[in-house]
Amino acid sequence: MTVIDAARAVTSRSRLDPALVASTIAAVLFLAAAAVPGVLAPYPPTALALDSALEAPSLAHPFGTDQIGRDLLSRVVFGTRESLLIGFGAAGIALVAAIVLGSLAALGGRIVSAVVGRLIEVVFAFPILLLALLLVSILGPSAWTQVVAVGVSTAPGYARMVRGQILSAKNAGYVEAARALGHGPWRILRNHVLPNAIRPLVAVFAMALGQSIVWASGLSFLGLGVAPPSSEWGALLDAGRAFILQAPWLTFIPGLIIVVFALAATTIGTRIQRSLEKGE
Amino acid sequence: MTIVELQQETDARRASAALTVRNLWVGFARDGRTRDVVKGVSFALEPGRCVAIVGESGSGKSVTARTLAGLTGQGAHVHADEIALGDRDLAALGEREWRGIRGRRIGFIQQDALVSLDPLRPVGREIEEALRLHGWRSRSARRRKAIDLLDAVGVPEPARRATQRPHELSGGLRQRALIASAIALDPEVVIADEPTTALDVTVQAQVLAQLEATKARGTSILLISHDLSVVAQIADEILVMSGGEIVEQGPAREVLGSPQHPYTQRLIDAVPGSRTRGERLAPQDRATPNLHLPRPESVGRDDVVLEVRDVSKRFAGALAVDGVSFTLRRGETLGIVGESGSGKSTTARIALALETADEGDVRLLGTAWSGAAERDRRALRPRIGVVYQDPLSSFDPRWSVGRILADAIPAHAGLARAEREQRVIDLLAQVALPAETRVRLPLRLSGGQRQRVAIARALATSPDVIVLDEAVSALDVSVQAQILDLLADLQDEYGLSYLFISHDLGVIHHVSDRVLVMTGGRIVEEGDADRIFRTPEHPYTRELIGALPTPV
Amino acid sequence: MTLTSSTERRASERVGRAVRGGRRLALRVIGAVVVLWGAATAAFLAQIALPGDRATAIFNIRAGQAQERTPEELAPIVDAFGLDDPVLLQYLHYIGGLLRGDLGTSYQQFRPVWDLIGEQLAATLTLTLAGIVLSWILMVAWVTLTAGRGGRFRNVGAAVDTIAAALPPYWLGILLLLVFALWLGWFPVMGGSGLIGILLPALTLAIPLAGFMGQSVRAEYEHTLDQPFVLSARMRGMGDLSVRLRHVLRHASLPAVTLTGWALGATISGAVIVEQIYSRPGIGKTLVSAVGAQDLPVVTGVVVLVAALYVVANVLVDIAYTLIDSRLRTS
Repeated sequence: MTVIDAARAVTSRSRLDPALVASTIAAVLFLAAAAVPGVLAPYPPTALALDSALEAPSLAHPFGTDQIGRDLLSRVVFGTRESLLIGFGAAGIALVAAIVLGSLAALGGRIVSAVVGRLIEVVFAFPILLLALLLVSILGPSAWTQVVAVGVSTAPGYARMVRGQILSAKNAGYVEAARALGHGPWRILRNHVLPNAIRPLVAVFAMALGQSIVWASGLSFLGLGVAPPSSEWGALLDAGRAFILQAPWLTFIPGLIIVVFALAATTIGTRIQRSLEKGE
Repeated sequence: MTIVELQQETDARRASAALTVRNLWVGFARDGRTRDVVKGVSFALEPGRCVAIVGESGSGKSVTARTLAGLTGQGAHVHADEIALGDRDLAALGEREWRGIRGRRIGFIQQDALVSLDPLRPVGREIEEALRLHGWRSRSARRRKAIDLLDAVGVPEPARRATQRPHELSGGLRQRALIASAIALDPEVVIADEPTTALDVTVQAQVLAQLEATKARGTSILLISHDLSVVAQIADEILVMSGGEIVEQGPAREVLGSPQHPYTQRLIDAVPGSRTRGERLAPQDRATPNLHLPRPESVGRDDVVLEVRDVSKRFAGALAVDGVSFTLRRGETLGIVGESGSGKSTTARIALALETADEGDVRLLGTAWSGAAERDRRALRPRIGVVYQDPLSSFDPRWSVGRILADAIPAHAGLARAEREQRVIDLLAQVALPAETRVRLPLRLSGGQRQRVAIARALATSPDVIVLDEAVSALDVSVQAQILDLLADLQDEYGLSYLFISHDLGVIHHVSDRVLVMTGGRIVEEGDADRIFRTPEHPYTRELIGALPTPV
Repeated sequence: MTLTSSTERRASERVGRAVRGGRRLALRVIGAVVVLWGAATAAFLAQIALPGDRATAIFNIRAGQAQERTPEELAPIVDAFGLDDPVLLQYLHYIGGLLRGDLGTSYQQFRPVWDLIGEQLAATLTLTLAGIVLSWILMVAWVTLTAGRGGRFRNVGAAVDTIAAALPPYWLGILLLLVFALWLGWFPVMGGSGLIGILLPALTLAIPLAGFMGQSVRAEYEHTLDQPFVLSARMRGMGDLSVRLRHVLRHASLPAVTLTGWALGATISGAVIVEQIYSRPGIGKTLVSAVGAQDLPVVTGVVVLVAALYVVANVLVDIAYTLIDSRLRTS
């Protein structure tokens, strides 16, 4: 299963699915904003214009302006790169940890799998935000801390999924049939268990991406993430919090962007997942 | 006669039929097109009589049954010249009116009470629900009536049983509870949709007895079934359905005794049992080619290939298998028959060394099998193959048929790619599947085709023994017939030994040379197949065979 | 089979069941203890993981400035927090303290942690419970009405579930505040006591949770609607809504019961955020400022408390589950 397969899977649908189309368009826009923000943003993000402070969304400023006249749309566009990096970083950490832990818990010897399994369950019991807050309080608030905190605290949830997938593949009927044919454990692992267990990970990664950005922004919203004057989406939320009553768009719109991103990522992920499952 | 008297006479004649159906058509709309599933079904059901609709899956019989209760399903188009319950026209009823009829005038029984009764509720409450929905207001009156009903269907200690949930009752008792809930309001018509499928033979007999009793009270029964022997027991008239149409219709004795339509004839011929031993069940439409796949080394006919000695196995403190011993010789078929929970499947798994016995010893082809380490066993595994009841779960869902078979061919055969490919094609031909099957996914094959692939896979290692665990139980009768014929051909060709597990006595009688009867983990009787079926000795065997519906 | 042997069999079955039930309960209790112990150990490890010299760090947090400190300045802190003792002894002290209900002392304020958060815990818990109750009501109503109907309905229903589950509380809270409080004026913007004041915040917590639970429940609902016993109920003359409420709901809500135990923890942390948005009393503010100041005892104190609540909630959930699904009792 390669990127090419995934791309083929996404594009080979005969009936166009509106959710998928919308998500793909959104994804392209986000990636473009991250790659070449200067092209998409109408103003430089730091351009002050105090006389047009706290303006509601209009034609000149589609997302409105903040308290020192900066155009919100431009700030959102320029913040995309940082937000995506944080999201990818956290999702990456979470997934690597999840695969390692999940595999140990499902495939390790009796003691290893029991211990790791228990560990996963115990850590999973904690609310993600609390865990993240705990890590932040140890490491001190910063962008890196955000990445690590979100990555580590979301990992147990995905580890459980990975473990479940591997276990269900391990206990599947075709594994026993392979045993009955006289195939050895390594061969079964290589041919059956791992390929079947890895399959759903595409969707999991997409979901992790969306979720990571949501959580990271949550930390920023509480003032525990990236410091201003960053345009990272969560930081925008935090900055706008003081002006909730006068200029609600300052928090509403960055939040909306985050939600759109999370939904787009999850939708694309589940569609790819479904296509891969239906038939290769 | 006056007009009034004429009308009364017509009404009387019409009312004499409990259920009248004329020219029923049912179609389902999907993607703009309508597919007809039931095409022109007509019959009349009189009080105290039983009409049976017989057919295989996809024949449209279940849809017919549900339509007569107004629950055809979403997107259905129903059209008939007449559907009448006594004097009431059913064709134009609204949902509200249907609710008044369901339960009160038409009762419905489905298969297996374990899933047909709400698993989370006491069975008494299920019965009371039928009463409550049709006007019984007093809770205590409902409770009393529910207990009376359970008593009437022969459930001992009805008051206590009414408070229990389906899984707490034995198979027979919960099936009776299901029947009680259907006849609670003494409906004129009872529709029974596969009421005995997946039930043990003894429970099946109890259900049939209950249906007989209901019939005797004057209720009409519409029986839907694929099982001809069940139908033969209580049907007065039989309709044979295939592809949505009725291909044959008439009094039971005539249809079963002298069937006119070729489909009916095929269906009757396909039922395995005492009379079909040694004969083909299905018409031979493809000659099995005389290919020579590598044979196992055959030493002699009296060679013992599998020896099981005093094997026992416990699960969660209970004995699943208790002191089982038997031998399997080359070229013979040993049938293991028993009801659910008898331990036959566990025994099969122990024979395959997929399950370790707590006590006892198994030897395969004279070498240590159960006692050996898995590493050593692996070299011997190609000599014993297995075919499961549900082949789909034993196939890797991502693999094509060709890959499944190529993977099964032993590596040490040292074949190049092209030769391997050819071997796959040969295997498919052995099970009468075209070569192009190898690019298809098992998901897209029919049940019969999948089972053939499973058999081909078992053959790929050139085994001496094949264990067949309920291998034909999930198949339609005609497909089952073909597979049984195929297995017989393969056995003749390659001198295979079969360990055949089944709960279906007819199948066991048809295929086996010798038979083991199991219950509660122990073997209660063993011997030559004909002998056991004709003159069973052990009381349990007698009970089992006595419960068999009389053969077609 | 005689009557005697069946009564004997029943009696031995009952004994077997009791033994298995007792064993299961013991396993649960052990599991709960392990989780609590894990939380406590993690909390302790977090505290000694503070980078740099602990005493200096604590002093700096208190003083609000980061600089080197002399040993004389640090001495009282070292005494107060027992930082001189070997690590294992500190660990045992900590665990012992926890068992007595002592959650440690705040670095910032040198007050017992319990004092700081105990008084506000009630407000947060009330909000959390309100959120969970409201989420169940929303979820049950929504899934019952939209599950298992024709294509369009079902797609919309599932889509709403997914979108709702993905809504971050900080955004949803602001949205609800804007629409219902600022724009429509139905609810007070800040403060507000009693039922009116708690409704919007609880709704902010309830909607994502309802969406999340709804996804599993919907799948189970539709699976159950296809089951033979549902057809049996219809065949007795039961109407569609009755079937959904009387038969299907009980089966379909089983996954939600399990999820609720886990949801308690997630909702408490959501409450932390929601309190910020609606300016409500609760441990939110204390917690956030403690995190910013790296006042670990407060943070770890909350973590341990939440773990304890989670454990209790899960035990209750397990009991509820076995009450609903008696099959587990006899299996």
